[in-house]
Amino acid sequence: MVRVDGSGGSNSLIQVRGLDKTYRRGGGEIRVLQGLNLDVDKGDFVAFMGPSGSGKTTLLNLLGGLDVPTRGTITVAGDEITHMSGHKLTEWRARHVGFVFQMYNLIPVLTAFQNVELPLLLTKLSKAQRRKHVETVLHVVGLADRMNHYPRQLSGGQEQRVAIGRAIVADPTFLLCDEPTGDLDRQSADEIMGLIEQLVKEYGKTVLMVTHDPVVARRAGRTLHLEKGLLAESAEPQGVAAGGRHEI
Amino acid sequence: MPGIAAKLLLGVALTLAATFVLLILAGLVAGLLAPFLGSVPISYNFRSIKARWTSTIVAVLGIAGTVGVFVAMLSLANGFQATLVASGSPGNALILRAGSPTEMMGGVTLDAVRVVQDAPGVARDSSGPLVTQEVVGVMPFPLISTGTDANVQVRGVSPNVLRIRTFAKITDGRMFRPGLSEIVAGRNASRTYAGLTLGNTIQFGGGHWQVVGIFDAGGSAFDSEVWCDAKILNEILKRPDNIFQSVTVHLASPESFQQFKDAVTSDPRMNVDVTREIDYYAKQSTVMTRLITVLGGLVAAIMAVGAVFGALNTMYSAIAERGREIATMRAVGYSSWNVVLSFLFEALSISFVGGILGCLAVLPLNGLTTNTMNFQTFANVAFAFKITFDLLLLGVVFGLVMGVLGGMLPAIRAATRPVAVALREL
Ligand SMILES: Nc1ncnc2c1ncn2[C@@H]1O[C@H](COP(=O)(O)OP(=O)(O)OP(=O)(O)O)[C@@H](O)[C@H]1O
Ligand SMILES: [Mg+2]
Repeated sequence: MVRVDGSGGSNSLIQVRGLDKTYRRGGGEIRVLQGLNLDVDKGDFVAFMGPSGSGKTTLLNLLGGLDVPTRGTITVAGDEITHMSGHKLTEWRARHVGFVFQMYNLIPVLTAFQNVELPLLLTKLSKAQRRKHVETVLHVVGLADRMNHYPRQLSGGQEQRVAIGRAIVADPTFLLCDEPTGDLDRQSADEIMGLIEQLVKEYGKTVLMVTHDPVVARRAGRTLHLEKGLLAESAEPQGVAAGGRHEI
Repeated sequence: MPGIAAKLLLGVALTLAATFVLLILAGLVAGLLAPFLGSVPISYNFRSIKARWTSTIVAVLGIAGTVGVFVAMLSLANGFQATLVASGSPGNALILRAGSPTEMMGGVTLDAVRVVQDAPGVARDSSGPLVTQEVVGVMPFPLISTGTDANVQVRGVSPNVLRIRTFAKITDGRMFRPGLSEIVAGRNASRTYAGLTLGNTIQFGGGHWQVVGIFDAGGSAFDSEVWCDAKILNEILKRPDNIFQSVTVHLASPESFQQFKDAVTSDPRMNVDVTREIDYYAKQSTVMTRLITVLGGLVAAIMAVGAVFGALNTMYSAIAERGREIATMRAVGYSSWNVVLSFLFEALSISFVGGILGCLAVLPLNGLTTNTMNFQTFANVAFAFKITFDLLLLGVVFGLVMGVLGGMLPAIRAATRPVAVALREL
C-alpha cells in the first residue's frame, strides 16, 4: 500500500517522514522538498510525476542514499539511513538499492557482461558464481547474446536493459529508476516498461520510478505527483497492482 | 629567542617534509596494491587509458623524458666512478707525501722509495720488489674529434709496472724499453688524441717520443694515460731525478696491507701517507660523481615538476571526463576509497609506462664512451655511461613517484565529489 499522508504502519518497506531538502545556491535558498511523507510496501510499483524542477530526482537521490536531507527521516526495511555515515551509506546502497538512470550510465569501456558484474565485485561471490548471476540476469533482460558487446555497440533500449541488469543483479531491496525511458523511442520505452513490470510481477521487486510520460506512468501500480515539495496521490487506481493495463 | 624560533621553524619544516614523503609512500603502496585492495577491475583503468590515449601520451612522454635524463645522468656518474674505482686494486698500496691529497702534489724521495722497497709485505719476483715509483705530468694533446688540445696525463713509471698493475696489458706493439724515449699509450688515449698511434713519433715536453705500444688497462682511468720511463720523463721535464710523486706497491697479498703500512709509517725517516690504491681512486671519483649527480638531480627535478604537472593535467581531465562514470560507480556501492585506489592505480600505470619508455630510450647509451675532466688531476678521463639494473629500477620508481604526485589530488577529488552533483553532469 502506497501512502503519502504519513499514516503508514511501521511495517512498510520504505517509510519517509517530514522530509525537507533545501539547496543553497548563491545567496538564496531553494526549498525543494517540504515535509514530504511516503510509505511504500514491498512489491509496490510507484511512479512519481511532476513538473521539471519539482524535485523528483532530488527525492530519488535521497531515497537512494546519494544525498542527505536537510530534515526528516527515511527508514528502509527498519534501517534509518538519514543518520548513516558516508561509509555506512555506501555499503547500504550496495546491498539495498538498484539504480536505473535516464542516460543509462553504463561504463563505456566495459562490456555488457562486465557492466552487469560491477555490483557483484563488491560481494564475496566467487568468479564462477558471479558469472552465473550475470548470465541469468542478462537472460532475464533479453541480452544473453550481447554479453560481450560494449555499450556503444548497443541500441539505447539495449543499453537500458544492461543498466537494469546491473541494477538487479545484486538482488537489491528496491529499484530507483529516474526517467528510465526518457531517452528512448516509444517502442523501446514500451519494452523497457514491460521488463520493469515483469520484475515487479514475476520477481516481486519494489520499484520507484520517475517519469514525465503519462503512458509510462500508467503502467505503475500507483502514480504520485510531486508539487510544491509534497507528494499527492492521483485519483485513479491503475497499473499492474490493479490488475495490469498493457495497452499503450 | 631567535634560536628557538629557528628550531621551531626547522621542526615544522621537517615534520611537513616527513608527512609529504609518507603521503607519497602511502600513495605509492596503495596504488601498487590497488589490484588486490580495491574492487574496481583494473581492466577498467587499462581500457580507459587506451580510450583516452591522446591525453595520456602527454603524461607518458613527460615522465619518460624525465626518467631518461635521470637515468642517463646517474649512469654517467656511475660510469665515472666505476672507471676510477677500476683503476685501483685491493692488492696495491699507494704511497704519497704525507698530507697531499693527490699524486699531482706528491713528493716522495728516492731514499723513501728504497725504504718502501725493503718494507715487509711487498711482493717480489726475479726482477726484485714489485714497486713502481712514478712521476706524472699533464700535457696538451690535440683531440682527434675537434683538433683542439686537451690535457693528457703522462705517467713516468718503472719498467716493471705491468707486474704491479696486473690488469694492464699491452695489446699492440711492446712495452717501452728502460732508458729510451719510448711511450705506450692507453687504449682510450690512442683513440682520442691525434698522433698516439703505433710507430708514430710525437713531441712533447721538449722531447721526441716514439709510440711503441698500446695498452689496455681494463676500462680504468689509466686507459686515458700515456706511460713512459719515469727516469726519462724526469730528465726531459728537467725535474730532480731523486723525487717522485707517488709510489705504488704490489702487496704480497691484500692482507699484507696493514703490516706494510705500519712498517712504512712508523719509520722515522718517512713522511708519507699509505692508502690502499682502490680507496684512493674511489675517493678521487667523489667530487666528479657528486657534481654529476647534483647537476643531474637538479635537471631531473626541474623536469619532474613539468612531468608531474603533465600527469596532473592528464588525470584531472580524466576524472573530469569520467565524472558521471565515477558517480555511477559510487551509486552502485563503490566506496570513495575504491575510487581513490582505482585512479592512483591508473596514474601509476601511466607513469610506469613512462618510466619504462624513459629507461628504454637511454639504454643504448650504455657503454657509450665520453670524456670529462677529472677535477683532482685536471687531466681528461674517458669513461662510459654505465646503466645498471639498479639504476633502471630507480628510474622506474622515480617515474612512479611522479605518477603518485600527479595522481593523488585528482584521485581524491574524484572520490570526494558529491555523487548527486556528479550524476547531473552530461
Ligand atoms: N546540487 C544542487 N544545488 C542547487 N540546486 C539544486 C541542486 N540539485 C538540484 N537543484 C535544484 O533543485 C530543484 C529540483 O531539482 P530536481 O533535479 O530534483 O528536479 P526534477 O524534478 O528531477 O527535474 P527534471 O524533471 O528536470 O529532472 C531544481 O530547481 C534544481 O535546480
Ligand atoms: Mg530529474
